[in-house]
Amino acid sequence: MTATFETPIETTVSLTIDGKIVEVPAGTSIHKACESAGIDTPTLCWAENLTPVSVCRVCVVEVEGQRALAPSCARAAEEDMVVETDSDRVRHSRKMVLEFLGSGVDLDQAPELQKWMEHYGSDTSRYDQYELPALKMGEAPKIQDNLYIRDYDRCVLCYKCVEACGDDAQHTYAIAVSGRGFDARISTEFDVTLPDSACVYCGNCIAVCPTGAIQFKTEYDLRGADNWRPDEQEVTRTVCSYCGVGCNLELHTQDDKIVKVTSPADHSVTSGMLCIKGRFGWQYVQPLDAPTRKH
Amino acid sequence: MADLYISDEMADDAEIAAVDAALGGRFVVVRESERFVRAGTSKRHDHRHLLLPALHALQNAKGWISPGGLNHVCETLQVPPAEAYGVATFYDLFRTDEPTQAGDVTHVCVDAACQIAGSGKRIAALRAQSINVHESPCLGQCERANASTGEVAEFVQGVGGPDRVEADERPYELFHQKGDESLRLLKRIGVVDPTSLASYRAHGGYDALTAAMAMGADAVCTAVADSGLSGRGGAAFPTGIKWRAVAAEQGRPKHVVANCDESEPGTFKDRVVMENDPFAVIEALTIAGFATGAENGWIYIRGEYPLATARLQNAINQALEAGLLGDDAAGSGHRFTIEIRRGAGAYICGEETALFASLEGFRGEPRSKPPFPTTHGLFQEPTAINNPETLLNVLDIVQIGADGYRSRGTDRSPGTKLLCLSGRVARPGVYEVEFGTTLGEVLELAGGLTGSGELRAVLMGGAAGSFVDGSYLDMPITLEHARERGTTLGSGVVMAFTDEIDMVDILVRISQFFRDESCGQCVPCRIGCVRQHETMVVLQQKGSLTPDRRQLVDDISQVMVDASICGFGHTATNAINSAIELGIVPGVPS
Repeated sequence: MTATFETPIETTVSLTIDGKIVEVPAGTSIHKACESAGIDTPTLCWAENLTPVSVCRVCVVEVEGQRALAPSCARAAEEDMVVETDSDRVRHSRKMVLEFLGSGVDLDQAPELQKWMEHYGSDTSRYDQYELPALKMGEAPKIQDNLYIRDYDRCVLCYKCVEACGDDAQHTYAIAVSGRGFDARISTEFDVTLPDSACVYCGNCIAVCPTGAIQFKTEYDLRGADNWRPDEQEVTRTVCSYCGVGCNLELHTQDDKIVKVTSPADHSVTSGMLCIKGRFGWQYVQPLDAPTRKH
Repeated sequence: MADLYISDEMADDAEIAAVDAALGGRFVVVRESERFVRAGTSKRHDHRHLLLPALHALQNAKGWISPGGLNHVCETLQVPPAEAYGVATFYDLFRTDEPTQAGDVTHVCVDAACQIAGSGKRIAALRAQSINVHESPCLGQCERANASTGEVAEFVQGVGGPDRVEADERPYELFHQKGDESLRLLKRIGVVDPTSLASYRAHGGYDALTAAMAMGADAVCTAVADSGLSGRGGAAFPTGIKWRAVAAEQGRPKHVVANCDESEPGTFKDRVVMENDPFAVIEALTIAGFATGAENGWIYIRGEYPLATARLQNAINQALEAGLLGDDAAGSGHRFTIEIRRGAGAYICGEETALFASLEGFRGEPRSKPPFPTTHGLFQEPTAINNPETLLNVLDIVQIGADGYRSRGTDRSPGTKLLCLSGRVARPGVYEVEFGTTLGEVLELAGGLTGSGELRAVLMGGAAGSFVDGSYLDMPITLEHARERGTTLGSGVVMAFTDEIDMVDILVRISQFFRDESCGQCVPCRIGCVRQHETMVVLQQKGSLTPDRRQLVDDISQVMVDASICGFGHTATNAINSAIELGIVPGVPS
């Protein structure tokens, strides 16, 4: 049987962003169009390798003629659209979204968000000024094995880990959003521990987490010992040695020890996703507590 | 597709029997070979919509959803347990921890109409008798709230037996316009036997469907468009445009949905219609299916409406038997069936896209629009969704024509409107009035104010609506006048408050309602609702707000209006803002 494939004709749309005319291929998101125009947009729940869920609302922009602001990550650019990315309304919404998050969630390990909070003048302290303290996530870290930990005090509910565990990468469905409103949490069924759940320890949830709510146990322990020094870490790109698929690994080393493993989000084989072997199976490189060989 | 991991916890016989009865033999068989191919995936997706009925069955069987019970459902429907747990924990009527007190649970409403009738006292009295009480958001029986008798809205969630509303066991005597010849939508209420198709036909039932079929689908859409009918749920979108858009879609299954998830605090009109004239809803939905070319009709009704659910199911059964539904519905040559789905206690599921998600077996989280339901609605297929009141208008339109319909009401708000009168009025209940009747006349229709105080405020359109004061009594009830004067008709709520009521208590409760009911998906609403409520609690404690806190009220409101995903976040600060603007909140400058 022979099949014929028609090459789609690429059409472009032209829109105005902050007064500048921008031309992009049809179907491009406003966020990407902004990027091509050199406009930096804060994002949180958006990632290159995941389906946009547009829940964090930090990337909102003002589209002329529309009552509410639009999530730039999910809304496609349209011909003759007029977009404002720095209007009073946009600045207010971005400032408030970041401020809300900072008022209830521990964002210590999210430097990118802190940068934007400073940019928009978010003041998270103003929610606590009375005898009634502002409600916080209030979760203790879940440490259930030696591979990774979940610290939901840092969780912004961006849905990225759920997507990576489910339809966007792993198809394991070990975690989902449970509860409702401010009580919503990322959880296994009945909050069972990870070893008792469907989790296969691919660690793709760690790879996509933007706030350190899910992190390598090695990183967690080093941070606890006040010895996490990302500026001094070396990143070595290599190919996973376990099978023939050819996943690229980035080995993050500190003091000549592997402290975490990632894969480039734009790598053609992995799109940033790995399996348990590539993510965690590096102990053979550096046996822990191995007795020093004596000759 | 990987195998699902399901733990060793087993369901007991009662749970298995309940789930099997609810699913009626519909389950997913995914053979090992299919798991890795498309067929396995799509089989799962095809049956996911049975998750909600299965969870209801588990909850009813044991009074909670146990790990073993959930496993049985997950295995039967091939749903990942973490996702099913996420769905179960989304709804107020489902429990996922074993209750300490076994047996039925009495839900008592604590929202405004019942709050001012004394629900706090009622709850204390029930608890003193060791009755298992759950404090519930509005139960849609606001006309029963009565400060002098202390009656408030209640709903009993059964364990092992059916859910029930005890007040339903008495004859319904709170409809005060019975027999009024000017009625269009409510003419059969209290007159027709709601359990009998023959009685419905004897009162003009199914004449509208006959008329619609004689006109043809296209002419029905045209008549609905020309009539100027707009949605009565609050958004007032033109019904004709919606129907035309769905009718124009070809090549995919299409749906019409009756949005009977009436949960806006203060709203009970659709309940009164569904309980007392259920065949009218079925007939109107059949016309919607005929006009749009949809074969699938769905009724999504809130879980706290057991009588309405039973009456609608009975009406569907009788219509099926009479050939008015089915493969050749009413001899139209067109297949049309209706399936009922019960909600499980989530206000957000009245938002149309959240309703679709809930019906499909997912968490009731709204979806971003565009795309709109007319192209990507239920199951991502073209869908027309209307509430019962909107649908009822169509019965009239196809019989008297668009011009006849427009002879009532105003040019921009043709027809009549159902209003839900409650609070401090002498005769609370649902009233049908012609658009253009003034607010003052409406309050008089309900017997005027009751109690000792003077009018302080009227809540228009529900918790998502806004407060107005006595200066609005001359406002004609129309979409255009409401918009012009900065308020809304919303879902038809008109709730009166006198000056003997502490308005701050009301505002604290309204903000608590939104805090409890936000789905939690988007940041502005999830956290904004909590911060708004905290501000109101501080106001209640201190008696006033400092300038920074006052600024916070506005800042929270603006981001929720601008950046939330759906109408819930867009309107969750309306009532509080309007109360402040009216100057009826002591200690807060407007």
